[in-house]
Amino acid sequence: MTTTTQAIVKPGSTAKATMSSFVTRHATWLPTFAAIAILVVLLVGAQVRFGNFLTPGNMSALLLDNASVIVLAAGTTFVILTAGIDLSVGSVMAFTGIFGAKLMSDGVPTAIAIPIMFACGAAIGLLIGVLVQYFNVQPFIASLAGLFLGRGLAFVVSLNSIRVENKEIGWLQSTRIGLGDWYITPTGIIAILVVVIGALVLQYTRFGRTIYAVGGSESSARLMGLRVSRTKILAYVISGFCGGLAGLLLTAYSGSSAYPRAGIGTELDVIAAVVIGGTLLTGGRGYVVGSLIGVLVLGCINTIISFMGAEQSWNRIIVGALLLLFIVLQRAIVSRSSRTG
Amino acid sequence: MTGHNGPMDEVRPLVELSRATVRFGTLLALDGVDFRMYPGEVHSLMGENGAGKSTLIRAITGVISLTEGTLTLGGERMHFTSPQDAQRAGISTVYQEINLLPNMSIAENIRLGREPRRWGVIDGAKMRQEAKEVLDELGLDIDPASLLGSHSVAVQQLVAIARAISVDVRVLVLDEPTSSLDLVEVGELFRVIRELKERGVAILFVSHFLDQVYEICDRITVLRDGALVGEYFPTDLLRIELVHKMLGRDAPEFAERGRLESAEVRENAYLRGRGITSATGIIDADVDLAEGEVLGVAGLLGSGRTALARAVTGVDRLAAGQVQIEGRSVRLNSPRKAMDLGVVYSSENRRAEGVLGDMSVLDNITLALQAQRGAFHRIKPARQRELAASWADALDIKPNDLDRPVRTLSGGNQQKVMLARLLALSPRVLVLDEPTRGIDVGAKVEIQNLVSDLATNGLSVVFISAELEEVLRVSDRVAILRDARIVDTVTSGTLTVESVLALVAHPASSEA
Repeated sequence: MTTTTQAIVKPGSTAKATMSSFVTRHATWLPTFAAIAILVVLLVGAQVRFGNFLTPGNMSALLLDNASVIVLAAGTTFVILTAGIDLSVGSVMAFTGIFGAKLMSDGVPTAIAIPIMFACGAAIGLLIGVLVQYFNVQPFIASLAGLFLGRGLAFVVSLNSIRVENKEIGWLQSTRIGLGDWYITPTGIIAILVVVIGALVLQYTRFGRTIYAVGGSESSARLMGLRVSRTKILAYVISGFCGGLAGLLLTAYSGSSAYPRAGIGTELDVIAAVVIGGTLLTGGRGYVVGSLIGVLVLGCINTIISFMGAEQSWNRIIVGALLLLFIVLQRAIVSRSSRTG
Repeated sequence: MTGHNGPMDEVRPLVELSRATVRFGTLLALDGVDFRMYPGEVHSLMGENGAGKSTLIRAITGVISLTEGTLTLGGERMHFTSPQDAQRAGISTVYQEINLLPNMSIAENIRLGREPRRWGVIDGAKMRQEAKEVLDELGLDIDPASLLGSHSVAVQQLVAIARAISVDVRVLVLDEPTSSLDLVEVGELFRVIRELKERGVAILFVSHFLDQVYEICDRITVLRDGALVGEYFPTDLLRIELVHKMLGRDAPEFAERGRLESAEVRENAYLRGRGITSATGIIDADVDLAEGEVLGVAGLLGSGRTALARAVTGVDRLAAGQVQIEGRSVRLNSPRKAMDLGVVYSSENRRAEGVLGDMSVLDNITLALQAQRGAFHRIKPARQRELAASWADALDIKPNDLDRPVRTLSGGNQQKVMLARLLALSPRVLVLDEPTRGIDVGAKVEIQNLVSDLATNGLSVVFISAELEEVLRVSDRVAILRDARIVDTVTSGTLTVESVLALVAHPASSEA
């Protein structure tokens, strides 16, 4: 009896243990790996279909075109990891962009105007964070208020676009550091740097790990003695700051001009990118690198659609379908891990 | 143990609460309590739910602050405003509900907040190494890099303990640390507790298991209704006296009733399962349940107790086997279907799968009945209230206020609300998974008596509990589970706790 049960139970359980130890160590990366796989499939598929898709110029443009969205997505990832949401990023980008342009066109030196843009973004983030943390407002509502505030302020600054003559802004976009046909602009470098710094902060600092802890279980994190309030508020501040930085990048990208209607709906693209990159909206799981991949996936779809000459409306439908796919994948992963737990 | 008598009068207390009072609004949760803990002692805090135990614990661990009175640690006056303050002062806590992070690694769960850093950056390798050392100390062989959520509740509980002892701990608070551990794991925990005691750590051990309290504790403080009843040595206090002091009256007697014999049951089974197998961990189980019978289920954690319950109540799909009710084959492919056939299930996981904490007692009771009738057959509000009131009375749910959110009730009363909801469906078979876990002695006996009454009135009950004493007391027969199989079904009159233990323990682990 003893030997038979052991004979039956043991081999299965050890094989399962090795499997599950691999899965448990890498489970959180699976959705991000899936996003990378989808990106590869998209790139290869487009190359096969069009023949001239995977060109250095085209790939370099992919990063350039999406620099501001990458920065927004990196910031929003911090918030979503705490199980929050930030709807304000698009209008924060518009407000800081137009405000910065206004300052610069009024003769404020670039070196002063840019920090002011960042500070404005961070301040709106701080406001949202305080509302969420101390006034117990749902993140959705608090950041919706931030969205209206940012958009309203953008229109207060100017109803029309403002051109910036400062050469520093132009330099951000027009400088092309290249190798053959590959090139990267300072805006692209900034976007990549934001992702790298974001990833390092989340992975290797106490603040970063506390972000994950809060997303895993806020009450547990608090009882474990972690600084929950500070961390949550700081996540929104980072997101707001990234909004300010994206405002700068977008101004540069738009040929040194800012427009108060910029970035309408961008917050939704950003959230879609973060989710496609494998970050759970329920918090605690995901990576900034995933969000970068998510933005590139969306950007790639845009490019493919313009290659096809199809209507832009198809773009929206494909993005919607992808989002749905990822949420289904997420649910599968969550339900599996809760079953083993 | 008597050795502690002498020095205790001379040694200064490590933790001292004097005239500790905590008020929440008008509610007096703790009423002028004096409480002392000495270095190197294991101190038990006893009392019914609502007696003020958790309030006292939370005052010591910095979750709440005292309205009046003082807290001193090592002779120094303390004003904790957060759990961090208490932790920094050397007070570690393991809460009853596991308060860890399922989405992070074991190592991070143990070290986060105090992680080793190099140039401001977390040193992952060192952190895993440190975690490994603590886990080894607890005799736990798991990968520190694996996700916490991928492990069983028992392992998670041990990880919580590992976290608590991984710091320079002076005071260790263990709130129901053993409720999800099996005997071997409890043994390991007690070994660690004794080691910490040697090092001079003061340990506050809160448990509903009297056996464990008597085994490990040096002193017992009893609370009742937020006030101090007294401080005792276990050697001087009989269990019956302890229970009396906790309740302020004698424990309700468990009412014995006539027991059914196995042969009768097999002939007249109301519910009959043959070869029940499900993916979640029950293999080839045969179950017979007669009208008016209580079938106990005994087995170690992970032996398939819950899997059996979920398989016969339509929560999990059967991979093989069949279920008959009154001789007719039925397919229990959803809890809803099972409910329609009169088979209802009360989950072991009261919080996650049971009561809806933010909804009122009334809503919680009428919820399932309304769901069964469908949205178009709404139960009139007056009728709902009447119905809920009658169940609240019948089950003696306290406080008797139907509009209170259920989360504000004690564990025992939450359990009763859950039972009331199921009973409102007029079921024929009631499957109770750990109905008395984490509830106090008085409420436990009330639930046991209730089960007994229900059976006398013809309801068939499957009663699952980790407490073998209780299983034997309530059941007519006991199904013995081991490694996902029913190895035997025995008339409970012929069993003792020891004989059941021998039956449920895996041959390999029974030596430990």
